[in-house]
Amino acid sequence: MAEIRSDEKRSPLITLAAMPMRAVGAAIDPVFKTAQRVVGIGGMPYIFLLPNLCFFGIFVIIPLFINFAFSLTGGTNLFLSDRAYVGGEQYGFLLECENHFDTSSCREDRFWRGITNTMVFVVFQVTFLVLFSLITALILNRKIKGRGFFRAVFFFPVLLSPVVVALIWKWILLRDGLLNALLVSIGLERILFFVDPNWAMFWAIFVSIWAHMGFYTLILLAGLQAIPPDLYEAAEMDGTSKERVFWRITLPLLWPNMLVVIVLALIRGVQIFDEVYVLTGGGPGTATQFMVQYIYNTGFTNQVQNFGLASAASVLLGVVLFILTLTQLFVTRRRDRG
Amino acid sequence: MADTATTERRTLWGFLTATRGRGRLHWTDVFTYLYLFLGVVLMFGPAVWLALSSFKTQSGLLEFPPTLLPLGQIEVEVEGYDEPLLLFDVTMEDGSVRQLAQIRRVGIVAQMVDPAEPDVRIDVPIDQRTATREFRVAVENYTDPLERFNFLTFLQNSVIVTVVATLVTLLINSMAAYALSIYEFRGRNAIMLLVIGTLMIPITVILVPVYLVVTELGLVNSLWAVILPGAATPTGVFLLRQYMLTIPRDLIEAARMDKASEWQIYWRVVMPLAMPAIAVLAIFSIMWRWNDFLWPLIVLNRSEVYTLQIGLNAFQGELNVQWHYVLAMTVVTLIPVVVVFAFLQRFITTGIASSGMK
Repeated sequence: MAEIRSDEKRSPLITLAAMPMRAVGAAIDPVFKTAQRVVGIGGMPYIFLLPNLCFFGIFVIIPLFINFAFSLTGGTNLFLSDRAYVGGEQYGFLLECENHFDTSSCREDRFWRGITNTMVFVVFQVTFLVLFSLITALILNRKIKGRGFFRAVFFFPVLLSPVVVALIWKWILLRDGLLNALLVSIGLERILFFVDPNWAMFWAIFVSIWAHMGFYTLILLAGLQAIPPDLYEAAEMDGTSKERVFWRITLPLLWPNMLVVIVLALIRGVQIFDEVYVLTGGGPGTATQFMVQYIYNTGFTNQVQNFGLASAASVLLGVVLFILTLTQLFVTRRRDRG
Repeated sequence: MADTATTERRTLWGFLTATRGRGRLHWTDVFTYLYLFLGVVLMFGPAVWLALSSFKTQSGLLEFPPTLLPLGQIEVEVEGYDEPLLLFDVTMEDGSVRQLAQIRRVGIVAQMVDPAEPDVRIDVPIDQRTATREFRVAVENYTDPLERFNFLTFLQNSVIVTVVATLVTLLINSMAAYALSIYEFRGRNAIMLLVIGTLMIPITVILVPVYLVVTELGLVNSLWAVILPGAATPTGVFLLRQYMLTIPRDLIEAARMDKASEWQIYWRVVMPLAMPAIAVLAIFSIMWRWNDFLWPLIVLNRSEVYTLQIGLNAFQGELNVQWHYVLAMTVVTLIPVVVVFAFLQRFITTGIASSGMK
C-alpha cells in the first residue's frame, strides 16, 4: 500500500472538501467524549468496534448459524419458529441418487445438474482464464508502445457490471446479431447460440473470461514486475535462450502468484451466477444452470419457496468454498513468506 | 523518457524486446502485436458496437445484416395520408430508379406512391425496392425511457444505494480498523482472527438467512435492505488496518498530550493520514454497489425500488425486448464506470495489485 501514499501539497479542493468533514466530526465528538468519560481510554476501542461488529453480527455471523438451522427444517414458512425440524432430510433429498454418475437418476436432478454444470464451467473457465491472463501479462510486461493504453483495454471490462457485460454480448450473439451477420457474410450458416446447449455453455465461459481476465492479468503483471531485473541480465550475459529464460526464471518466480490467481479464480468460478443468468437465463433448459442459480431458484423464484432445501444446498456450497479459502490462505501465506 | 541504447539494454523491457540479430523480428514480436491488435478488437469492439447500436432506430436495429453506423429510413409526409410514409428507392420495370413512398405491403407486392403525385398508386414487387436511408441518430432511445419508464427512479435508487452504502461502509470499517490498529486491548487478536476468518464468506452462502433477517427487520423492498447487509466488510477493515498500522504512534501520543479526545484523534489525525487507503476502499465500494446484482434481485421485488441493474435485467427479460431502449439504458449504466475509470485508473489498478481484491 505504501506506494499510494504521497506527500504532495494539499490542493485547495481537498481543503474545501475537508470543511464539512470537520463539521461532521465536531458534531459527533460530544457523543464519543461522553462515552470516553464513562468507559475511559481503555474502553474506547470497543466503542469504535461496536457499529462494525453489530452489522457484522446481524448480517453475517448470526445468518451463518441460522443457515445451518434452516437446512435442518422443512416446510415453506420463512420464520424459523414456524418451521418443523426434519433432521438431515433436506441433505438426504439433495444427495440421494440411484447412481451417482448419472444425474438423471437423482431425486433432485436439478441440483446435480447444477453441480456438474459448475464443474464443467470451472474446469474450462479457470484453465483458459489463467492461461490468457498469463499471456496478456507477459505481453503487457514487454516494452511496447502505448502500454498504459493496452493495459486499460484489457482491464476495463473488470469494472463493468455483470448485467452490462451480459447485455453487450447478448446483443452480439442474438439470432440477428453481429456475429451471425459475420458468419453469413463469409458464407456460413447462422447459429442459434442460445438454443444449442454446448454453444450456450461455451459463451457463458467465454463471456466470464472476457469480463474477469483484466483482474487476474493485473495481479500477474504485478508479480512479473517484482522479479529482479538482474536475473534477466545474468541470463543475457550467459546467452540463455528466451524460451529457457521463461521456463527457468519467469515461470518459477511467478508461480506463487499463479497459485493465488488459480485459487481466487476457482473461488469466484464456483459462485458464478450474475452474468450467465442475464446472458442465458440458465438455459437452454438447464444447460447453463449453476449452483448459485439452483439456490436462487429453489429459495426465491419457484412457486413454492423451499428455503430449507436452498439452505442445505448453500451449506454444501459453503463447505466447498471453505476448503478453497483455506487453500487460498495457505497459498497466500507461502507466497508472502517468500 | 530517455530511451538510449544503454539504458534499454539494462532494463527488463529492453531485454525482453531485444530483437535477434539486427532489426530482424523475433516471432514473439510479431505475436505480441498480433495479440494486442486482436485484444483491442475483442475487448473494445463489443462495447463500441453496443454504443453505436444504441443510436439506431427501432427499425434500424431489425435490419440484417446490420449496418455499422446508425442509419434511419427516411420518412416523408404525403398529401392524403395521416401517417408519414417510409421512402424507398425502387427499380422500375424499365430499369429506371425512382424514390417512392410505401403505403402498405400486401404479400410480395408493395403499394407505393410518388410523393410528388399523391393520386397515382404504383404496385411494386417488394424485391425491387430498397430503403432510402440517411445518417440519423435516434436520440429518442435515450429520452423516451426517461418519460415512459421508471428509468429515472432506477437511476436515483442506484445513486442513493451507492452513495449511502459507501459512506456507511467507510465510516464503520474505518472506525473498526482504527480500534484494531491503534489500541492494545483484550480480545484484539480474537477479533482480528474473526475478521480474517470471515474475509471470504460470500453472500451466496447465506442468502436465505440474510433474507430472513432483512424480513424480520421489515426492510424487504426498501433500499436499506440492499445498503445494510454488505456494509461491514472484513476486506475493508483489513485493508484500512494494514494501512493505519504504518501511521507513527508519536503523532497519536502528541495528540493525546494536547488533550484531544479519542474521537478527535480518529477523525482529525488518523483519518486524514489514511486517506489513500480510504480512497481505495471508496472506489471499491462504489464499484461493488453500483454493479451489485444477486442480492438486490432477491430483496427488491417492486419496480419503484429497482436499481439500474435490476431494472435493466427486467427490461431485457421481457417477452418482447425493446432493444432500442435496453441498449441506450445499458450505455447510460456504463457511463459512470467509464468516467470513474478514466480519472482514477491508476488508483484502481494499484489498489487491486496491492490488495488482491475486487
